[in-house]
Amino acid sequence: MPAPIWKEFKDLQEWNELHKQRQTGDKHSETFETLTEGLHQFPGGFVLTTVTDNFLNWARKSSVWPVTFGLACCAIEMMATFASRFDVERLGMVPWASPRHADLMIISGTVTIKMAPMLLRIYDQMPDPKWAVSMGSCSNSGGPFRHGYHVVKGVDRVIPIDVYVPGCPPPPESLLNGLLLLQDQIAHFHKTGKKAPPTEKVD
Amino acid sequence: MLTAADVRSRLATLDGVTIAEGDSPLTVTVPAAQWATIATRLKDEMGFGFFSFLSAVDWKEEGLEVVAWIDNTDARLSVVLKTRLGAGGTTCPSLAEVYRGANWMERECFDMFGISFEGHPDLRRILLPDDWVGYPLLKLYDVDTPYPPYR
Amino acid sequence: MATDLTPRVTTELDYAGAERLTMNMGPQHPSAHGVFRAILTLEGETVVGVDAVIGYLHRCHEKLAETLAYVQYPSIASKTDYVAAMTSELAYVMAAERIAKIEVPKRAEHLRVLVAELQRVASHCLWLGTWCMDMGGALGGGATIFLYCIRERELVLDLFEKLTGARLLYGFHQVGGVRYDMPEGFAADCRQTIDLIEARLLEYEAMLEDNTFFLMRTKGVGVISRQLAEEVGISGPLLRASGVDFDLRRDAPYSSYQDFQFKVPVETDGDCLARYRVRMVEFRESIRIVRQILDGLPEGPISSRPGVKAVAQVRVPKGETYTRVEGPRGEVGCYLIADGGPKPYRMKWRGASFSNLAVLPFIIPGHSVADVVAIMGSVDPVFGEVDR
Repeated sequence: MPAPIWKEFKDLQEWNELHKQRQTGDKHSETFETLTEGLHQFPGGFVLTTVTDNFLNWARKSSVWPVTFGLACCAIEMMATFASRFDVERLGMVPWASPRHADLMIISGTVTIKMAPMLLRIYDQMPDPKWAVSMGSCSNSGGPFRHGYHVVKGVDRVIPIDVYVPGCPPPPESLLNGLLLLQDQIAHFHKTGKKAPPTEKVD
Repeated sequence: MLTAADVRSRLATLDGVTIAEGDSPLTVTVPAAQWATIATRLKDEMGFGFFSFLSAVDWKEEGLEVVAWIDNTDARLSVVLKTRLGAGGTTCPSLAEVYRGANWMERECFDMFGISFEGHPDLRRILLPDDWVGYPLLKLYDVDTPYPPYR
Repeated sequence: MATDLTPRVTTELDYAGAERLTMNMGPQHPSAHGVFRAILTLEGETVVGVDAVIGYLHRCHEKLAETLAYVQYPSIASKTDYVAAMTSELAYVMAAERIAKIEVPKRAEHLRVLVAELQRVASHCLWLGTWCMDMGGALGGGATIFLYCIRERELVLDLFEKLTGARLLYGFHQVGGVRYDMPEGFAADCRQTIDLIEARLLEYEAMLEDNTFFLMRTKGVGVISRQLAEEVGISGPLLRASGVDFDLRRDAPYSSYQDFQFKVPVETDGDCLARYRVRMVEFRESIRIVRQILDGLPEGPISSRPGVKAVAQVRVPKGETYTRVEGPRGEVGCYLIADGGPKPYRMKWRGASFSNLAVLPFIIPGHSVADVVAIMGSVDPVFGEVDR
């Protein structure tokens, strides 16, 4: 059978044009940059920077605080994930209502045109480094409501997303899988702001 | 206890009112001018105090139709009130002073169909953003209408 | 208590009058009820006006239903009241069946009532947990009841997973019957679960009924008078807590509810505590109905239209109807106008929470900001139903 021609899918073309990408380089400090450069001059200096990076990334991924951003049905499954059976606090994630103190935004539910500016505002209020997980098919691509006049075809048209968790709604096991993948991504996060390498596709 | 036959006989005496067959619910079609008076009469004289919903239907060339469902919880009777606004008609008297629940229901009809209710204390869009253009549930409006920058 | 029947909605922002503060309880707040925005006008700590802004979850259900066939839409219907998906699907499917005069087999009717009542138990578990969490704080005392209630709810969701494969949004109902039959051992599991839940309900009542703080926060708060309740069209436990003895399962029975015995709780106070009491009795009555069903489930087919393969196969002739279902929040209704094709001409959802929320501008003014949270929780809105 001939291979499918991906270029002809209209939805994929739209996604390529319209989805938001993470900016190259989160805000990072100039001092840290110059310090790292300086350390690299010394023989073995890179050992110190990688060890520090790994330590800091371990600290970051073990204590990701999600901001409670439940919009619709997926919010109920997100609440079930935060509750006692599928405890998310054992991964270090304390759900925190204020975006100013949060690292992660789990967008669970359909994003509508009326809600999109509010979502962007909450995302902007989160300090760097921050990550975003799109939970459920509504925030991945609009879901079952994609063709509705008031529904945004995926939250990645509003903010850049790191992990997409499919499902309608994804059961807590799926969301936990997504959060563990996010932790792997954070482990590769560099303070210099390079984007994490894409996760290996497992078939 | 009030029965459907009582209600039917009391309403049949008014002009312009047609009552269809069937008792559950009693389907009463009224002309638009008498919309609020008939509803007030149902509420005050016949005890129909429970307001279930109010909505509209777009019958393309024939125009819009407003539908309301009101219950009498003691007698367990239901009445469907309908009125046609005529081809191109978009105004209808408001029931917001008669039934408090009609307030939000009429705002939704305004939002979705563009029907303006005369006498409504606070007619503005309820489900869509305030600056939305168009009335989505009309048959002319396409379901997948683009709306930059989000879709 | 005589309540004024004028809503106090403040839409002009009052910056000039120095004593009034306009505060926004934005669409994202930790109250865990969903996307709701309340613009409160405060004098000190007392709310004097509230403008409830909804529509942040308007997902175009009514327009989409005109583009989807009768066999396609029921799984989308579950997303209106997503905490009680079984009752939402039931309203739509019953409307199509009523116009087309399709007979539903007895076993399917009983299964429908079984899942509806189990769903009521699960939904009330979530209500109790989130309401107490709102009042008590997510990291404090409220989280205790939240975790206990979610523990119970997970047991019921396990039952649903055995039956349908899904935990939250099922796609269980279809036009003509239901889609899945009870697997082996389901009845025994069900009995075990509801016995356990009934025993645990005593724990919750022990935690709450004698608790001074709980009583202080719920007694006399958010009183809805009987006349206001009827006029606004609120339904379900809110209506019964205000003294109106109206339950659709008994007064307008649908889907074989007339075969079962159950009590309908009515309280006259109309405050948050009365609503709590009504729902606690409803827990027990639902468990009673589930036991009655399991004792006498008839054999037979589960659908009169099994194996629907094509989208256009189910056509509903011209007609219109309005079916009402007693969901855990109140009257969920589906007003359907069919025109003979495989897709509806017009479908309107009467969402219970839409009418329930409309009562907020009447009852919130006069209370403090902390009471807003308690009232919202006792009204128990689900925004899929409100915004559709």
